[in-house]
Amino acid sequence: MQTSAVPRLELTGITKRFPGVLANDNVGFAVKPGEIHALLGENGAGKSTLVKMIYGIMQPDAGEIRWNGQAITVANPKAARKLGIGMVFQHFSLFDAMTVLENIALGLDTRVPQRELEAKIRAVMQQYGLLLDPHRTVSTLSVGERQRIEIVRALLLNPSLLIMDEPTSVLTPQEVEQLFVVLRKLASEGCSILYISHKLHEIKALCDTATILRGGKLVDTCDPKVETSRSMAEKMIGAGLKEIRKPAGRSFGQERLIVNRLNLPGIGPFGITLSDITFTARAGEIFGIAGVAGNGQNALLLALSGEAPSSDADAISVDGARVGRLTAKQRRLKGMASVPEERNGHAAVPDFSLSDNTILTARDRLGMVQGGLINSGAARTYAGEVITSFAVKAQGPGSLAGSLSGGNLQKYIMGREIMQKPGVLVVSQPTWGVDAGAAAAIHQALVDLAAQGSAIVVISQDLDELLSLCDTLAVINGGRLSKPMQVAGADIHEIGLLMGGLHGTGTDSHTGAGGTRAVSS
Amino acid sequence: MTPEFLVAIVFAIVLVATPILLAGLGELVVEKAGVLNLGVEGMMLIGAVTGFAVTSLSGSPYLGVLAAAVAGALVSMIFAVLTLTLSANQVATGLALTIFGGGFSALAGKAFLGKTVVAFTQLFPTELATHPIWRVIFGYSPLVYFSLFMCAAIAWFLRRTRAGLILRAVGENDLSAHSIGYSVIGVRYMAVAFGGAMAGVAGSMFSLVLTPIWAEGLTAGRGWIALALVVFSAWKPFRLLLGAYIFGAVMTLEVHAKAAGGVFSALPSEFWAALPYLATIIVLVVISLRRSSSGAPACLGRPFIPPA
Amino acid sequence: MQFRLEKRPKPSQAALYLAPALSVLLTMLVGALLFSALGYDGIGAVLEIFTRPITNPLKWQDLGVKAAPLIIIAVGLSIAYRANVWNIGAEGQYVAGALGGTAVVLLTMKMQGPWILPTMLVCGVLAGMALAAIPAFLKTRFEVNEILTTLMLNYAIVQLLYYLLRTSWKDPMAFGFPRTSLFTASQSLPYLWPGTILHWGVPIALTVAMIAFFVMGRSVFGFQVRVVGSAPNAARHGGFSANGTVWLVMLVSGGLAGLAGVLEAAGPFRQLVPAFPTGYGFTAIIVAFLGRLNPFGCVIAGLVLAISYVGGEVAQTTLGLPSAATGIFQGMLLFFLLAGDVFVRYRIRSTSARVAGGAT
Repeated sequence: MQTSAVPRLELTGITKRFPGVLANDNVGFAVKPGEIHALLGENGAGKSTLVKMIYGIMQPDAGEIRWNGQAITVANPKAARKLGIGMVFQHFSLFDAMTVLENIALGLDTRVPQRELEAKIRAVMQQYGLLLDPHRTVSTLSVGERQRIEIVRALLLNPSLLIMDEPTSVLTPQEVEQLFVVLRKLASEGCSILYISHKLHEIKALCDTATILRGGKLVDTCDPKVETSRSMAEKMIGAGLKEIRKPAGRSFGQERLIVNRLNLPGIGPFGITLSDITFTARAGEIFGIAGVAGNGQNALLLALSGEAPSSDADAISVDGARVGRLTAKQRRLKGMASVPEERNGHAAVPDFSLSDNTILTARDRLGMVQGGLINSGAARTYAGEVITSFAVKAQGPGSLAGSLSGGNLQKYIMGREIMQKPGVLVVSQPTWGVDAGAAAAIHQALVDLAAQGSAIVVISQDLDELLSLCDTLAVINGGRLSKPMQVAGADIHEIGLLMGGLHGTGTDSHTGAGGTRAVSS
Repeated sequence: MTPEFLVAIVFAIVLVATPILLAGLGELVVEKAGVLNLGVEGMMLIGAVTGFAVTSLSGSPYLGVLAAAVAGALVSMIFAVLTLTLSANQVATGLALTIFGGGFSALAGKAFLGKTVVAFTQLFPTELATHPIWRVIFGYSPLVYFSLFMCAAIAWFLRRTRAGLILRAVGENDLSAHSIGYSVIGVRYMAVAFGGAMAGVAGSMFSLVLTPIWAEGLTAGRGWIALALVVFSAWKPFRLLLGAYIFGAVMTLEVHAKAAGGVFSALPSEFWAALPYLATIIVLVVISLRRSSSGAPACLGRPFIPPA
Repeated sequence: MQFRLEKRPKPSQAALYLAPALSVLLTMLVGALLFSALGYDGIGAVLEIFTRPITNPLKWQDLGVKAAPLIIIAVGLSIAYRANVWNIGAEGQYVAGALGGTAVVLLTMKMQGPWILPTMLVCGVLAGMALAAIPAFLKTRFEVNEILTTLMLNYAIVQLLYYLLRTSWKDPMAFGFPRTSLFTASQSLPYLWPGTILHWGVPIALTVAMIAFFVMGRSVFGFQVRVVGSAPNAARHGGFSANGTVWLVMLVSGGLAGLAGVLEAAGPFRQLVPAFPTGYGFTAIIVAFLGRLNPFGCVIAGLVLAISYVGGEVAQTTLGLPSAATGIFQGMLLFFLLAGDVFVRYRIRSTSARVAGGAT
């Protein structure tokens, strides 16, 4: 680490306004050369907006950006790259049907002959220990491997500032360690790193400085090695850090959901095949399923919800009833509800009103259909009840689902299912992309539902969420489920290994059941 | 079955196949960029009438073909503005273009009904071009050689050039291409214009080569077959070439069957007329059975709205 | 000036009603210009085509008769399009309906009775459904795109029509002309009032629209169609079968097109001739969009397009406009409508230029 007077990047008074929201309010901080600087804040705090302005995707309304002491305007991403700013996005800009080499070529601003490019890529990969086969098609790669493509793309520019946007949300604990090795090496060579995250323990492990944002404003710039996780969390979330209130001394009732050797062939050209999935969830229990994206979570949700029924009636039982071959409609009548990962387009129809969206899943269980005709009054009433009970910020039951913010729509969907009083509830990624307030409300609602005697299954890529919420945990990898374990006293390291498929570090590619090696689940 | 007879069959197949190949190549590029333009038939008709009109007025078929290309590209811009800038539904807009093209060409062509032009059928010197055997290689219209050249050129462009890579990327994942910094809409505009030009040239082949006259609805649904061929070819130019020639063979089958005699000549002419369309359906089913993934550009038909 | 489209939180009601009206006006305007450029009397042509049929009471019956088949077909198509099933084969299903009805005619030539006509209608509907079942099967079983299959069948079925008219269905007394005999009184659609040409097809069309409106708006089937078209994954999540929906909407749209076909054959035509396919199946596509995929909208849009047909026929004689010219108006109408449609769901926002260069 060098001590240099001139910061590599300095922001002063950055302000950015969108219709209805002040995304960044007079934010400023400085990043030294060779420093690993964290940008900390929960969803909606303004981190992404800030970083988009550094990378030239948008322009600030006010304030100044200084690069190596010079005031500059970053007109567009190309200009940013020219300056030496590289960025690895949270949502990758990759092309599934093309090879690694083609993807990297597309990320460059100038044409480089193929052989030369391949040589350069191999050199970079060698230097930083990032292993990839340049001729593999991206669709066959795991998420961790795809991220490496993005990193190599950025490194080819010889950046002096590398921005990483929530890089670890899709990695196993072992892959996270590998990433840190790469980042530390870069920093030691003088490259500054701007590391955006909301994962406190990672920031404490990796970063030299942390700038904390909340609600668009700068809260503090501090040293994460000195601060405690709790103090940083409080700055990030604000006063009144709520703990989830779990009733003390809970006991679990009888088994409400029994999944016994569930098999499902992969759907689509890159689908993951589910093999021998076995677990149970008892009344009052919250059962978590952890795993890295692309290991069969989607397939599992479809198999449980009834959208992909099995040929074996005994594979799934709800309160004793064999529902393995029943459709989603029929399973709902037996008391099983589900919430898929994608809220817009799967769990809800964005172009329909909130009221119409209740008809989607609640019509049979709550008697909204008489003689083939829909009782829209009943639907509207129910929608109103959900909005009120779950504090959904919407203009009314007539608002379009697509007009709600992510957190509010997620609260609405959760409320729609929870208020039907299901005996078994299966949810996938319940708080993905949702602000902390809504996330807390959703978590509390799940805990309350369990306390009333329902069995809940939570499928999530966020290990922290599962550890705080669940009683029992299993890991899904390549379409297979590990043995369930108690959360209290679970070994994170072991969980990480299970997530990585016991291949350890994820340096070889994932091979799922049946030899399918692909990502989309 | 003399050699001359075989040559005549091959010659007929090539002539029938070429307009489909030309239009198909254009649409292949458009679809590779992620856009579905169903207006091929309409653009072909406009190309046909424009090519004929300009050739008739100027006396030069080269000028006529050029004008047909320009006309096709221009009219495709209506489609482009609606679907790319205004994000209108691509299926409906393509259909509207076909209906409009049919009507417009009928109206504009009215003044040219009954006229004739010199057919645009020869490139090589007369001895070679009309030789009963060698004409199988040298006897075609310049448009035929153009179509073969374009097939190779497009294959090279898509596979080997950076511009082709960007075009494929735009059709694969428009959001990713946009975040990297490419102009999705710009690339698609150019692709649509190219498709329009090719369709225009394809149409001109009807009025300048196949029958050197203009008549309403001259293209008789060949534009739709070109669309089916693009799917058949899995968006690969050389497979499109193969498909076009296979279809050319199917379409000229009636003549061959009649000449061959026997049971085939007893089939009604309506059957032969319907055969290409039925064959298209069968081909589409066969493709669906064969491949697990069709190889279609992932963004095909989806409008692109730049995120905020 | 840079601008981009921003999605509206709620569809604009104003644009919803203005867009179709505006597109009609723009079509008239641009049409006039186009015709003038091509050497015709532009303004005169447009006025002739669009206003004469409305102002001349004698023409109102023509409007009703032309609009009826358009409305029936368009209502069916609008249901299919709502589910994102692109049935482009209405023209073929229409012809199939006529074939189905004519088959009954040829079998009952020597008979009489009030049961003949309803039997014809039923057979027409079934024939349309049967033809539509083919692309439905191919789509659900083999995932073959329905746009191409429905389209190809149009061409194939028309060839079947020509073949039958030339051979086994030919009227023995029609020397050299391929056509069937005239339908008898039992086999023809009666008129609503003597002295008019308005036949029973007109009230049938309105009834179809009313039933469709009720079903689409209030029933679970209507909800199912809308969800499948809007968000197929959500439809599956909600327990609706995508394949089942494809079958249902294809059969409904095919059956309705077939109904229109047999009504036309038994009504205005009273026989089957090679010129029977008049392109209603394609025009109905425009009617469906102009009517916003809504049954009552289809009624109004059907009348608008009927005006263009009736007016076009008039203009053919008075101005020498070729019959294909109506295609220009219909195409333009759809263009303007699609353009205007955008403003229902989106509004224009200018991206104001920032300090030195604009944002992406």
